[in-house]
Amino acid sequence: MIQIEQIRKSFGKLEVLRGLDLTINPHEITAVLGPNGAGKTTLIKSLLGLVKPDSGVITINGKRINGDASYRSGIGYMPQNARYPDNLTVQEIIDMVRDVRGNPEDTDEELFHAFNLKTELGKKFKTLSGGNRQKVSAVLAFLFRPPVVFLDEPSAGLDPVSSSCLKDKIAREREAGKTIILTSHIMSEIQELADKVVYILDGVIHFEMTVNELLETTGERTLERAIARKMKGAA
Amino acid sequence: MKTNTLKLIKYQLRDVMRSRWGLFYLAFFILITDALFRFGGSGDRVILSLMNVVLLVIPLVSIMLGTMYVYNSREYTELMLSQPVKRGEMFSALFAGLMLPLSATVAVGIALPFIWNGVLFTHLAALGYLIGTAIILTTIFSALAFMIALLTEDKTKGLGLAVVMWLFFAVIYDGLILVVIYMFSDYPLQQPVLIMSMLNPLDLARIALLIEFEASTLMGFTGALFQRFLGSTGGLLTITGVLLMWIALPLSWGARRFVTKDF
Repeated sequence: MIQIEQIRKSFGKLEVLRGLDLTINPHEITAVLGPNGAGKTTLIKSLLGLVKPDSGVITINGKRINGDASYRSGIGYMPQNARYPDNLTVQEIIDMVRDVRGNPEDTDEELFHAFNLKTELGKKFKTLSGGNRQKVSAVLAFLFRPPVVFLDEPSAGLDPVSSSCLKDKIAREREAGKTIILTSHIMSEIQELADKVVYILDGVIHFEMTVNELLETTGERTLERAIARKMKGAA
Repeated sequence: MKTNTLKLIKYQLRDVMRSRWGLFYLAFFILITDALFRFGGSGDRVILSLMNVVLLVIPLVSIMLGTMYVYNSREYTELMLSQPVKRGEMFSALFAGLMLPLSATVAVGIALPFIWNGVLFTHLAALGYLIGTAIILTTIFSALAFMIALLTEDKTKGLGLAVVMWLFFAVIYDGLILVVIYMFSDYPLQQPVLIMSMLNPLDLARIALLIEFEASTLMGFTGALFQRFLGSTGGLLTITGVLLMWIALPLSWGARRFVTKDF
């Protein structure tokens, strides 16, 4: 379980998070939505300790985040755009992360095979296409079987086949009891995957509902319409 | 758990060894040193000429490449910090990943031509001294590069600042000292000028090299002052101490900033 209490963060004069409270249930897929610049990435980066909130408390599985690095061994992260050292091969990048994680024996190579990355192993990172870079970072997010996974725009730049591979994987991991946090601009993807939608607006949670609740209360058939209606009602 | 630092350095070194700038930098020093030999220099004269190259080129390359390196490593840094890697470990790895290959490149690039010209052992002490100074300068200007890149998120601004800082230490500062000497020529200036040159790592390195090579005619005002006030050994010890401060101060500032900043 991830608990976020009264998180505040400003960058200079810009107040990005304004006392945000959120509880992320375990074994669920939570989609974090919101307009551009609403604070989605800042929220995820705060959970990773990359951004240090000005105030507020974050606890992950009962442990408060306070600059210690070890809790991150339980988290997999797929960023919006990943860049590793240009001249390292895919194999070396995987080895590097594996090394830093203490070379666990039991790794999850399902995605690696599903994406057919074997042919890319010897290629340098700088020669990889954007899609293949995304694939490498998706593989790394799941490789160490972390109980918590953050995916920031996971299917951006992926071809339809790979994208559906990844979606299948996300759904399977949810069944296996993982806690997953997802951001995406593709509403159909979220409708398909997510249990719960959290909508951030102006640095606070505007609403928080299960996908079904959202569809039922608005009477719309698609998530996109439902959110549009809900936002119009609010305005 | 400093072991993460070592693990990361291992991979970063592999990355650097395949990069083009490393090769260029190596080729540059080999070519310059070898050319100096070819144009009729004896080992001593080559070392003296190299001194000027070292004092000019190393700060420039270290600060420019270093600043660029930190900016270009941003996403990589972010990714590794989302792994169970401490910020301090990452900072050490990043710094070592810049400073080690730069230093090794200079050392190898200068030493190789001495080896194949067969004068390595006759000039071992002077050469070691030159390379040592080169490595200290590399470290100082790498540390300053980290400081600049952590000061501003804006890459263009950072690179501009790096150029300005190099210009300041390499060119402008000496001008300032001259202006001071000229303006206050009626006063006893030894001590103020001595202190002023302490504040410029490049001046210090130059003086250290000149004292060691006993090229007192080239030493200029501040060099002569150092020798007179502190004697050769005392002068060198003072200079080394201050040079180490020039590494420690920007680096500890950078490390503190790196640990507290947002990525």
